Amino acid sequence: MKQVYIYKKFERFWHWSQAALILFLALTGFEIHGSFSLLGFEKAVLFHRIASYMLLALIAFSIFWHFTTGEWKQYIPTISKLKDQIQYYTVGIFKNAPHPTIKSANKKLNPLQAMTYLGFKLLMAPVMILTGLLYLYYKTFDVNDIIVVSDIPLEWIAWAHTLGAWLLMAFIIVHVYMTTTGHSVTTNIKAMITGWELLEDEDENSTEKNEGDNQKEEKQ
Amino acid sequence: MNKTITYSVLITILALLLVNFFHYEKPLNLSQYELKQEFAIKHTASVDHSKFDILQQNFKTPQDVTEACLTCHNQRHEEIMHSSHWNWDRVDYVEGKGISKLGKKNVLNNFCIGASTNEQACAKCHIGFGMSHNTFDFNNARNVDCMVCHDKSEEYIKGTSMAGYPDRNVNLNRVAQNVGRPDKINCGACHFYSGGGNNVKHGDLEEALLACDRNVDVHMAANGINMDCVDCHSADKHQIKGKLYSVSSTNVNRLRCEECHTNKPHLDDVLNRHFSKVSCQTCHIPIYAKENSTKMAWHWSEAGKLDESGNPYHEEDSLGNHTYLSIKGEFEWAKNVEPEYMWFNGNAQHYALGDTVTSVPVQVNKLLGSAEDVHSKIYPVKVHRGDQIYDPNTKMLIQPKVYAEAKGDSAYWKDFDWKLAAEAGMKGVGLPFSGEFEFIETEMYWPINHMVSPADQALSCEDCHVRENGRLAALNDFYLPGRDKNDWIDLLGNILLWGSLAGVFIHGLARLINGFKRKELESK
Repeated sequence: MKQVYIYKKFERFWHWSQAALILFLALTGFEIHGSFSLLGFEKAVLFHRIASYMLLALIAFSIFWHFTTGEWKQYIPTISKLKDQIQYYTVGIFKNAPHPTIKSANKKLNPLQAMTYLGFKLLMAPVMILTGLLYLYYKTFDVNDIIVVSDIPLEWIAWAHTLGAWLLMAFIIVHVYMTTTGHSVTTNIKAMITGWELLEDEDENSTEKNEGDNQKEEKQ
Repeated sequence: MNKTITYSVLITILALLLVNFFHYEKPLNLSQYELKQEFAIKHTASVDHSKFDILQQNFKTPQDVTEACLTCHNQRHEEIMHSSHWNWDRVDYVEGKGISKLGKKNVLNNFCIGASTNEQACAKCHIGFGMSHNTFDFNNARNVDCMVCHDKSEEYIKGTSMAGYPDRNVNLNRVAQNVGRPDKINCGACHFYSGGGNNVKHGDLEEALLACDRNVDVHMAANGINMDCVDCHSADKHQIKGKLYSVSSTNVNRLRCEECHTNKPHLDDVLNRHFSKVSCQTCHIPIYAKENSTKMAWHWSEAGKLDESGNPYHEEDSLGNHTYLSIKGEFEWAKNVEPEYMWFNGNAQHYALGDTVTSVPVQVNKLLGSAEDVHSKIYPVKVHRGDQIYDPNTKMLIQPKVYAEAKGDSAYWKDFDWKLAAEAGMKGVGLPFSGEFEFIETEMYWPINHMVSPADQALSCEDCHVRENGRLAALNDFYLPGRDKNDWIDLLGNILLWGSLAGVFIHGLARLINGFKRKELESK
């Protein structure tokens, strides 16, 4: 076991600010939905819109980051060991079985994570962004000017956006719970905060160079 | 050391950003400010009519005054005689009816029902002299009443049941020398008191507007910008801008708030976007009848009860409003009323004399519009409900003759005999009457346009965007965020959410238990 620098600065910033924005959007969003009354409808709408623009900007940065750093490759789905991973969460975890996959800076995500997050990025996020934008700009102009998206009923947009929000909530619950399945209950969360995680030793050749790079980077 | 400096700089920047983010100073709405400046300058007369020789004479009849007016304003009578104020009808293309003439001559209402055969009394609000019957000559310019609109002496009043002639006590000479641009009372003389008393019909037009504060009406407030009716209801060529949907049916020559306020009056873009679906009035007139009560219901079916000595009587509520009149029936009044809300595209369908009743309650002036229609907006509306006389055999609303000077002339208000009144009334308008009558429920719609409240009293988001009991609770043909939801999606969402919570709870519990068991085993 050794400490490995696994989550870089931007990655951690991206993760936590995205988490905060999504939670805030959920809070204001469900108030707009009519689920409860907290800030008042007007403020809820205003803050929801501001937060949505912030999230869009953040997503734009993160896409740029993923492609320039090559981190996008982490999300390439694989079915090798996918079954083992599922078996681990459903059976092995109760028997104190070892993790079927080994985490490293080059392979941060287990096959199940890669699949889930890819779905998040390719399905969940685009649906929320698209319906959110349609909602934001719904009938921007008066009948005498050009009408934008007048043919899509608002209720369809709202329904899809709401359904997405429910899915996101379920995702967050499971996601947060899954962080407790590391070596200790808080290992994963600590790693996402500090960047360093206590990991099992891997094949020496593949990690040494990378680790060295990471340590250098941290010193800078 | 460097770190300390960096952190303090960062914290300062963050603090500044937060202060900027949370500090909000309401900016000046410049266009609103400009309007106030524009209307602060009040109209002044360009001539003094008291100096004109022709107005120095001793006028014998009101027609003489009109002739004197026309010596200088020698084309104005033509304009008047093309106006609906004069003709009591208007030629329009009406969907389903084709080119038709609609107006007081042939539409009914659910207040005093109709003017036909009652002209002697009803013509008090006609801008002419001598409309005692339906034989009035609409081509005689001498009968145009200039004074009723242009009197500035506040002396001119029309006589009661005098077919539109002025009261005998009016000093025509003084009135003729004191004419000018109409004031509130010139319009209000008819429009405030229509239906037989102050604020009976409109609910948002009444004598309190003559001297009110900004809470009642921001435009007409004496302590505000103090505007006159004609500041908005401009009257180029005597064709007055604005439509009253008790008698109007088409979406032309309407007067809209945006003509002054533009279609983007708010500084907030989200509010401005409401413009395409929500009329200004909806939010900015949260209540009407703010000072005096307005009539909400009129049941003609209750009319005709007489006291022990066989005379008509009346009853009043605590505010002095008639709740019962033998001649008219039973009334309901209300003050500070929340409007009802309807989609409206500026077109209306009227029940005109002779039309067949197809649905109950009869909508005497159905406002057209729907959420689907791009030209419709949500408007606040006063709905006046009641019942009135109806012929079940011909399926027509009956125009009764209610007014006559004395008994024995079939008038209901004198003889209290519905059958005679119906017979005389229907004969007068040339329609059949089967001899049978009953009372049928009717509704009449009054879009609310006046009594605009100060901005801070306007409706707020939650008044409509709320799950239950919002202002728009009854308008459910569209999706309103905050009010509407898809029950299936919410059910699915709740199952997902609580299912996930339960799932992770059970999973976690199982891990804990297994962990303990393992420890026990190991210790053994």
